[in-house]
Amino acid sequence: MISLASVSKTYRSRHGDLVHALDDVTLDVKDAEFVSLVGPSGCGKSTLLRVVGGLTPPSGGEVRVRGAEVREPFPDVGIVFQSAVLLPWRSVLDNVLFSIEMLGRGREAYRERALALIELAGLGGFERRYPWELSGGMQQRVAICRALIHDPGLLLMDEPFGALDAMTREEMGFELLRIWEERRKTILFVTHSIPEAILLADRVVVMTPRPGRLARVLEVGLPRPRTADMEFDARFREAAEEIRRLIFVRRQEPARAGRP
Amino acid sequence: MLAALERRARPVLLPAGVLLGTLVVWEIAWRLFNVPRFVVPLPSGIIAETWQWRGYLLGHSWVTLYETLAGFGLSIAVGVPLAVVIVYSPVLRSAIYPLIVVTQAVPKVAIAPVLLLLLGAGAVSKVVVAFLVAFFPIVVDTATGLAATPTELLDLSRSYRANPFKTFVKVRFPMALPFFFSGLKVSVTLAVIGAVVGEFVGSDRGLGYVILSATSYWKSNLAFAAILLLAVMAVGLFGLVELVERLVCPWYVHAREPDPPPA
Repeated sequence: MISLASVSKTYRSRHGDLVHALDDVTLDVKDAEFVSLVGPSGCGKSTLLRVVGGLTPPSGGEVRVRGAEVREPFPDVGIVFQSAVLLPWRSVLDNVLFSIEMLGRGREAYRERALALIELAGLGGFERRYPWELSGGMQQRVAICRALIHDPGLLLMDEPFGALDAMTREEMGFELLRIWEERRKTILFVTHSIPEAILLADRVVVMTPRPGRLARVLEVGLPRPRTADMEFDARFREAAEEIRRLIFVRRQEPARAGRP
Repeated sequence: MLAALERRARPVLLPAGVLLGTLVVWEIAWRLFNVPRFVVPLPSGIIAETWQWRGYLLGHSWVTLYETLAGFGLSIAVGVPLAVVIVYSPVLRSAIYPLIVVTQAVPKVAIAPVLLLLLGAGAVSKVVVAFLVAFFPIVVDTATGLAATPTELLDLSRSYRANPFKTFVKVRFPMALPFFFSGLKVSVTLAVIGAVVGEFVGSDRGLGYVILSATSYWKSNLAFAAILLLAVMAVGLFGLVELVERLVCPWYVHAREPDPPPA
């Protein structure tokens, strides 16, 4: 589905320094696979997502989705951000259909599908409500529906539950898995949370910053469907320890070299 | 039920009460200390004068009102496109924006006589002064609103390969509407001031003219009556803009004034 070959991205910061957001990233993601990207701030995981979505051109290397090289944004992708960014003047249904309008397709043809998605996301009965009437978690469910309405093959999620409280966050993770079981998409899921990364994904990509690199790609051996008590599974704990080690060992290096 | 009524009426009743109280104190104090009526008249005298001269005042109010509205309309017609240009083109932004700021730095009272020479003593010169005073907040606020579009929404539009015009119509402009309306609210009261400034400089009609001619004949009652009408006009126009805002972007009004939780 996705194939990244030695992808790098450098840009100039506001102060004029060169920033290596991504360095020599090679990764293959299978069709309908759920891959988490985890790492500290500045490790380039969001940049990687943008590069895959065609929103940011890579400085080097090659990005292919379904065999076609990505040079610009393409519609076979759904994007969910940390904040729901719904349009406040549109109802839940109209927010979901926003994608369809922007794609220049006919709204009516997608109406039934939108209603079914809203139902699937547990928002049945809220079709006519407005964003200000919804909680943060509900708004993010609408954003997920908006990303799925045009039936894209690829879902890019940039810390989608990062702004939610811990309990809602956990609930939303399983909710996402439930939707994913019904509508199998390839998902790239950026997160700061190690447990979330493991619990949701087939594979966890661990990234380290300056320059943004892949430190390790871990297979999560946990069976599906996933449940909350898998956090006590030995395989979960091993994976979590491994990821922490990869991230924190790297973090101490610059400190030893006397840099902030 | 009664509590709900009280909550809704309070924003009107409280300031109205303060105003009424002030007028009563004014009336009593003036009668008590016998202040000369031609210097500052009594509230009762102003109201009586307004009624007595109602036809005359209404005619001049109409003149000031249409000068104001024309200046305000021109401000919108010029201000919104300027804001769009400023936000979309960095080159034009750096070319135009400093000049717009310069037009604001020059006191309009100082330009008004020159405009009168240029455009004549008719309504056009007043409309232009009103426009010059009133367009700036519309440009600044609309531009701020357009620039404040969440980058996520712009990314989303790009990923759907929507053209910039569609993004403007469906996302950026509606998103900027609350900013646009706060610009309009400042602008419409400024437009009233601009029209009166234009009338002060040279005119034979409008409420500004009424104030000048009334004071030169020591008819302070009539001058105050004109001021009263100007205040009513400015407040009325402000309220009208707010009403339109409520109709056009109810989502924003809801977000600003959330309904109280059900008891």
